[in-house]
Amino acid sequence: MDPFLTSRVVTDVLSGLTNGVIYGMVALSLVLIWRSTGVLNFAQGAMPMFATYVGFALLSYHFSYWWCVIAAIIAGVLIGGLTERLLVRPLYGKPEINPIVVMVGFLIVLEAVAAAIWSTFPRSLPSPFSSIHWQFADKPFALSPFSVYEIIVGLLVMTAVAGLFRFTKLGLQLRASAVAPEVSRLLGVRVGRLLTLGWMLSTVVGVVTTVLVSSNFFSGLTPQVNDGIFAFGFIAAAIGGLESPVGAIVAGVLLGIANQFVTDYVNQNAVIIIALVLLIISLMIRPSGVFAKKSERRV
Amino acid sequence: MITIDDLTVTFGAVQALRNVGFVADTGKITAVLGANGAGKTTLLRTISGLKEPKSGTIRMDERNLVRMRTEEIARLGIGHVPEGRGVIGEFTVEENLRLGAMMAKVNLHQGLDEQYELFPVLGDRRKQHAAKLSGGERQMLAMARALIAKPSVLLLDEPSLGLAPLVTAQLMHTIHSLCESSDLTVILVEQNASSALRIAHHAVVLHVGKVVANDTAAVVAADANLRQYYLGLVE
Repeated sequence: MDPFLTSRVVTDVLSGLTNGVIYGMVALSLVLIWRSTGVLNFAQGAMPMFATYVGFALLSYHFSYWWCVIAAIIAGVLIGGLTERLLVRPLYGKPEINPIVVMVGFLIVLEAVAAAIWSTFPRSLPSPFSSIHWQFADKPFALSPFSVYEIIVGLLVMTAVAGLFRFTKLGLQLRASAVAPEVSRLLGVRVGRLLTLGWMLSTVVGVVTTVLVSSNFFSGLTPQVNDGIFAFGFIAAAIGGLESPVGAIVAGVLLGIANQFVTDYVNQNAVIIIALVLLIISLMIRPSGVFAKKSERRV
Repeated sequence: MITIDDLTVTFGAVQALRNVGFVADTGKITAVLGANGAGKTTLLRTISGLKEPKSGTIRMDERNLVRMRTEEIARLGIGHVPEGRGVIGEFTVEENLRLGAMMAKVNLHQGLDEQYELFPVLGDRRKQHAAKLSGGERQMLAMARALIAKPSVLLLDEPSLGLAPLVTAQLMHTIHSLCESSDLTVILVEQNASSALRIAHHAVVLHVGKVVANDTAAVVAADANLRQYYLGLVE
């Protein structure tokens, strides 16, 4: 087999890609909510975590992996929708700090309740594919069947969301509600429903991410499962531009790859430092994000 | 037909509209005139449900619109071109029009063709972002976006604002011919009283939230007192 495939660079790129699609999805879910409701959702990791616990509770009743995934997605839809209606809606038009404080509080509550119900002990979710890396000429290849599944699902979700926004009537209404809510209402767009839908969609993207991350043999599902990836997803969203879904995805994928190179060539502990340095540099050069258009800032 | 009766709208202690009442007839242009702060924009925003009145009724045919949601009022066939036009700058011309057509049961392609025929410049620029259009083009886009939904009532808030006199004249001509060729009811809010009176059938003059004149456009235009004190038209 070609030694190129097991070379250090290819290994780093592919391993980084696996993490990158996860960061990209987290960043995308943050952007979906920011764009539509102007809220920076600090509970973006905790809400899908909770939904995933609920969905995978069906395992105890001998349901298959796929039924649990569907149940988790349904739980995500409900949690996302109810959060917007009950918790966030009263805060629209209030100072920006209000929803931030509420969502940080919600994050703490969700993690505490999840720990109380399901304990903090990692629960490894079943995986439909093997996590054992392929071998080429006795050398380990960067990917396993599971990481290929992870990358494909990540790319599919991101393409589907981007396509929804770009090419469908619903996407046009979602975008219009985000940038011009009053004008949209004058044109008959039911903005309130679309905002709820945006939160549902975002939480579902989060659920898919959480299921993938928790199926990883090494980490499993814990109440804090998304804390780390939320931090990187947040950095990716800020670098890519909170207004730009495509920017968030691209920045997430590139951040994953960059992290892998830093881990390999420098030190794993340097990863977060370098990611933050990248964030600072990008904010200094392009405060609204590398991919954001200046005029798109929500006012 | 829009019938407004005894409409009072307040902002805190300030009364923006006081017991306003008039009828905007089907197929006619009703001009609402008055100085800055007379309550003209508030009137249109209240008709569209963006502002809830303190008391009074707004009826479209027999239906009371008060306390209905803005989006549901729009879906009844009331098109509102807001002050400042409200085109979505980051959308292309065609995306703006598609958004306008979404709620109406019209054929999108036919609707687009009709609007491009009415406003040829929009057809030439269909793929351009609306932010790149000139003031007059934006106004045309805002009108086209409201018209593509085939509204029965059109609320126009200061369409001439910021436009050159020639463009204003063209726009007024378009509004007039639309009314002539269909049963469109137009409520036209204008500070530019002379050009509005030229095309309107009926005129209502507001002064600090109260109706001071409510008559045919010809009568209002001929009233020297109204012209001088309320409309700023110096002979």
